[in-house]
Amino acid sequence: MKTKRHLTALGLAAASALLLSACGTDDNSASRGDDAQGGNGGTSGECAGQENIQAEGASSQANAMDEFSVVYQEECAGFSIDYNPTGSGAGIKQFNAGQVDFAGSDSPLKDEEITAATDRCEGAVPLHLPMVFGPVAIAYNLPGVDDLVLDGETIAQIFNGTITSWNDDAIAALNEGVDLPDQEILPIFRSDESGTTENFQQYLEAAAGDAWTSGGGKSFTGGVGDGRAKSDGVASGVASTEGSVTYVEVSFAHSNDLSIAQIDNGSGAVELNDESTGAAITNASLAGDGADMVIDLDSVYGTQAEGAYPLVMATYQIVCSEYPESETAEAVKSFLRVAATTGQENLSTLGYVPLPDEFQEQLLDSVETIS
Amino acid sequence: MFRGLALGSGGFVVALIAAIGIFLLLQALPSLQANQVSFLTSGEWTTGDPNDMRFGILYLLWVTVATAAFALVLAMPVALGIALFLTQYAPRALARVFAYIIDLLAAVPSIIFGLWGLQVLGPALVPTAEWLNTNLGWFPLFSDGNVSIRGGGTIFTAGIVLAVMILPIITAITREIFERTPKDQIEGALALGATRWEVIRTTVLPFGRAGYVSGSMLGLGRALGETVALYLILSGASGRAPELSLFDGDATIASKIANDAAEFNNEISAGAYIAAGLVLFVLTFVVNALARWITTSRTGK
Repeated sequence: MKTKRHLTALGLAAASALLLSACGTDDNSASRGDDAQGGNGGTSGECAGQENIQAEGASSQANAMDEFSVVYQEECAGFSIDYNPTGSGAGIKQFNAGQVDFAGSDSPLKDEEITAATDRCEGAVPLHLPMVFGPVAIAYNLPGVDDLVLDGETIAQIFNGTITSWNDDAIAALNEGVDLPDQEILPIFRSDESGTTENFQQYLEAAAGDAWTSGGGKSFTGGVGDGRAKSDGVASGVASTEGSVTYVEVSFAHSNDLSIAQIDNGSGAVELNDESTGAAITNASLAGDGADMVIDLDSVYGTQAEGAYPLVMATYQIVCSEYPESETAEAVKSFLRVAATTGQENLSTLGYVPLPDEFQEQLLDSVETIS
Repeated sequence: MFRGLALGSGGFVVALIAAIGIFLLLQALPSLQANQVSFLTSGEWTTGDPNDMRFGILYLLWVTVATAAFALVLAMPVALGIALFLTQYAPRALARVFAYIIDLLAAVPSIIFGLWGLQVLGPALVPTAEWLNTNLGWFPLFSDGNVSIRGGGTIFTAGIVLAVMILPIITAITREIFERTPKDQIEGALALGATRWEVIRTTVLPFGRAGYVSGSMLGLGRALGETVALYLILSGASGRAPELSLFDGDATIASKIANDAAEFNNEISAGAYIAAGLVLFVLTFVVNALARWITTSRTGK
């Protein structure tokens, strides 16, 4: 099977060489797709390019990439991807050095990184493709209180020590009819540097207005509470301590059976689920131009759209808009196509948000521009 | 030929230690030069931006020394008791089984101790810690620390876990030494009509004191360098200064390095941690030198 495909690939390569057309990749992938695709159907029918892709980067999307990798191998037998979750910084470094085919990153490239990436892509600009979205839960441990509503301002005040008790007037005002205990709040934060903290603080800066003044960054700056290492640490810390509250990726909140607060973004309390997070993504405005899809996070975090849950982290796949090797471009395209379509189906069980339809179409359009 | 071999390996170890020291120093130097605050007298720790490095060892050093010292204070008497029981009181067969069990403790990986401390011991100690804080809070060591007591991630919890971890080391060495108490001395004391406790006081303890102390110092060395268990147990304090209480938290030098190792993005930031490692290296060196000095000066008498 494998040798057969190899021969086909060789033949195709020869054919395209004869045609002398680097842009003839569309025909190429179509014919390739016909013989590689069994009957799995789906919108992601075309598998082409080199057989193995190397990628590296953000660990926040590691579980999603594992899922994508499985689906990719199912859809495109014989093709595979290796994703090395070493962190956004390392991924970008490897990508810019030409060691990997694309990078995963929690934040868009900085200017000097764009310059380096443009060199790596031999003059073509890099594209940001936000493909994996993970909601962050405000998880708390307060026996007897199953429904809790908070807004940006109260969350900020809890995490900087302005609000110290669960029955504070500001919390009570958002939770009429709920019997809040007179208990001290223990905020638990990530003691290691993390993208979750960075996004959480960025959210507070966007949504809390004057209530959050201590700034952002990967280290927690609120100045109160107990720090715990890693997502698992903060989640189990909340699970074992009454009156505590933390911010953590939703999958960890679920696995530790923690209650999750609803967030009032200005147009009513919103529960964290696929629809509400999807609504926030759909309403996001893009800062990049054309196929480049840098998300303006302030538009997500500050959203006042009805039914939109604002606290969502985006992870980008950083790719070349034009690869030096067309084989690489084809493979990256096939993979991203699969990831953006069939790959999304199981994501919500892993703690991510499946792409909302409108956004998915836009993303697929961007993927198609890669060459 | 054997002389050559022995000399060679001896020299190799010394060269290796020196190389480690020099390596650490070279790696740390650029960061220390970029440091905006005093490394030895500040407790701040922000290393994210290579152009604005602010890091000092003070808070980390306090937590490192406090956890290790607290652990030692708890473990030393217990280890002494166990060693005396095993060598002087317990029947031979029982002693062997007991010694085996104690040694087994040393084989438990430290991450297991860490998880135990985090999930079992920490929460279980909260009532005790709160009682100490409310009733004996006037005593500086039991006053409010820089992290919450009900979170459990304090020096108090960490020290107790560390004490359990270093117990087997101290016990094993002390037991070995006590067993080597010369028989004729013991028999002589018995012949003079000494009770068992008097025998211990007049022969076993004076003979074994140096070994006991150096065993304890070895345990202290282990406690100072312990990483994973403390990384799991200690709560971060978000840069708040310690109150010099047992209910402080944050991190030891080693656990701080473990905590942030995933985010070493540039050499200047990493150098700050290497500088901290250098301090730990020197600290351990001093402790070992102290142990050596105690051993030689006591046996010399």
